[in-house]
Amino acid sequence: MKILVAVKQVAALDEDFAIRDDGRDVDSDFFIRDLNEWDDFSLEEAVKIRESSAEPVEVVVVSVGPDEADESLRKCLAKGADRAIRVWDTCIEYSDSIAIARVLAAVAKREAPNMLFAGVQSSDQSFASTGIAAAALLGWPHAAVVSNLTCTPGANLAVFRRELEGGLLHEVEIQCPAVLTIQLGINTPRYASLRSIKQAAAKPIEVLSLSDLALGAADVGEAGSSSRVRRMYVPDKARAQLIEGDAAQQAARLAQIIHAFKGAAS
Amino acid sequence: MSGILVIGEQRRGELRPVSLELLSAGISLRRAGEEVAVAILSDSPDRFVKPLSLSGVDEIVTVKVGAAEFDPDIFESAVGALITKRNPDVVLVAHSVDSFGYAAALATRLGLGFATDVFSVERVDGELVATRGGYGQKVYVEVDFPGRNTVMLAIRGNVFKPPEQAASPRITIFDTPPVQSRATGREFIEMSAGDDVDMTAAEFILTIGRGIGEEAKVAQFRELADAVGATLGCSRPIADAGWLPKSRQVGQSGKTASTCQLYIAMGVSGAIQHLAGMKHVSTIVAVNSDAEASIFSVAKYGIVGDIFEIAEELRKHF
Ligand SMILES: Cc1cc2nc3c(=O)[nH]c(=O)nc-3n(C[C@H](O)[C@H](O)[C@H](O)COP(=O)(O)OP(=O)(O)OC[C@H]3O[C@@H](n4cnc5c(N)ncnc54)[C@H](O)[C@@H]3O)c2cc1C
Repeated sequence: MKILVAVKQVAALDEDFAIRDDGRDVDSDFFIRDLNEWDDFSLEEAVKIRESSAEPVEVVVVSVGPDEADESLRKCLAKGADRAIRVWDTCIEYSDSIAIARVLAAVAKREAPNMLFAGVQSSDQSFASTGIAAAALLGWPHAAVVSNLTCTPGANLAVFRRELEGGLLHEVEIQCPAVLTIQLGINTPRYASLRSIKQAAAKPIEVLSLSDLALGAADVGEAGSSSRVRRMYVPDKARAQLIEGDAAQQAARLAQIIHAFKGAAS
Repeated sequence: MSGILVIGEQRRGELRPVSLELLSAGISLRRAGEEVAVAILSDSPDRFVKPLSLSGVDEIVTVKVGAAEFDPDIFESAVGALITKRNPDVVLVAHSVDSFGYAAALATRLGLGFATDVFSVERVDGELVATRGGYGQKVYVEVDFPGRNTVMLAIRGNVFKPPEQAASPRITIFDTPPVQSRATGREFIEMSAGDDVDMTAAEFILTIGRGIGEEAKVAQFRELADAVGATLGCSRPIADAGWLPKSRQVGQSGKTASTCQLYIAMGVSGAIQHLAGMKHVSTIVAVNSDAEASIFSVAKYGIVGDIFEIAEELRKHF
């Protein structure tokens, strides 16, 4: 059995970030990059399936991103992925989730896995759509926000629970191969040991271009996307009234707010 | 063709409230001569006609499908058939767990313009422009859809106010060919209680988020909550890690702080799914070391600082 896990290197913003000159993204100098939190859980789920299986299971991670994404792929290798693939081409820049899904689906066709896992969403753009869009391109059954999974290698059905609003769970049985988007908390992701981090550093990362996947410039970037960013800006949001002073003064004011509330409530 | 098509959402026999919010979003986009239609998919769609009969809605489309509850294949096929038949300008769905399961697949298959988690939408020089958040809501992102005749938008909940006035829209039946789903829904399982606290009934909540850093710190905040007379709540990562029971998690997939009047959030960034459970609270105080954290946009009072220092100082007053 083979499980393909789609992972993303996400960006959080440094405190004093600035918008790029073209006004369409944040200046990447202010990015703090890391593996998407959701992907940590989907990788762990795949590795757990491998560990509990009697038959061999290969866990392959794939990321669509520039060189920097290798760092996240190495993290995945250190946490138990067997192989890592990265796809990049400068035309992929400005891709939305559907264009990225096109690349992931092409990798899935090439790898022919039995399951494709993706995170429910990425913490930076929160599209919550990449995995399910890839399923459409593959023509595979799919399900989103999976918080519990029973998947036995070789079986043609998997059973999972979708986590709905309010914490309600919906148990569903699905035909495989399938695309599942994995929710936070489905498992407890492991930490990589120093030894495995060292070993991962020596492992190769297979780098593919669009042409390796029989894709062209029109399939990705703005041309291949279903939306286009016009403008990114720092909103003029309603803001809290800031309580100033040192910690003691701030806490004293907070204590006042609490006392006032309790006085009014009693 | 033109017009606005809203896809209502139901679960276990109840219309989900976000369906009505979608109606308002649709109505706000209507241009002269355009109609707002709402479709509801169910094995017995008629029962949703009444709650959807609201002012501003021109048409209710009942779509009888072969499953009582959401099924990605069945929904994709039926909503796809509706869109193909009617060619609306705009299709509105909820940014919800059910939509996560099929909307992107449908948009991809039909080549629709597509954006998710949209909280504002308008027409600029005739072109649809949707706004969503980025980088933990620290920035807003305006997107458009060049060259797309139909645009599907997944709208964030709790943003648009539902229409209130009843009306009598016309009712249409849409027949959709049966499809064989590749998934079978089995049963619903309620979240287990965990412990006996009822967050929905708490008037004063002190919530801890990932900012507490480690499990050993939970005790200190539990003691602080007791001392100040608050119910201790948490954000999702704290419950996922098992540091507090799931029943204390506030947010979209947890509890709503329904009766809360004072909510102190310590070390919580303010992800939209957390805000979904607490942003309505009249007095929110946020303590966070990141002055740009999104929680400050819903808080009445903000303290930019270290939660441990504030907690220690605060304890001295009780
Ligand atoms: C379908 C779905 C459902 C979800 N449901 C929920 C839900 O019900 N509830 C929920 O909470 N989340 C939910 N989430 C997850 C949500 O997206 C966020 O991941 C989560 O809310 C983040 O929790 P947090 O704010 O505690 O952590 P983070 O986002 O990591 O924020 C931690 C904050 O602590 C601050 N901090 C760190 N150290 C300190 C310090 N010493 N002093 C002061 N501040 C400090 C940081 O600046 C940061 O802002 C859901 C997600 C999805 C996709």
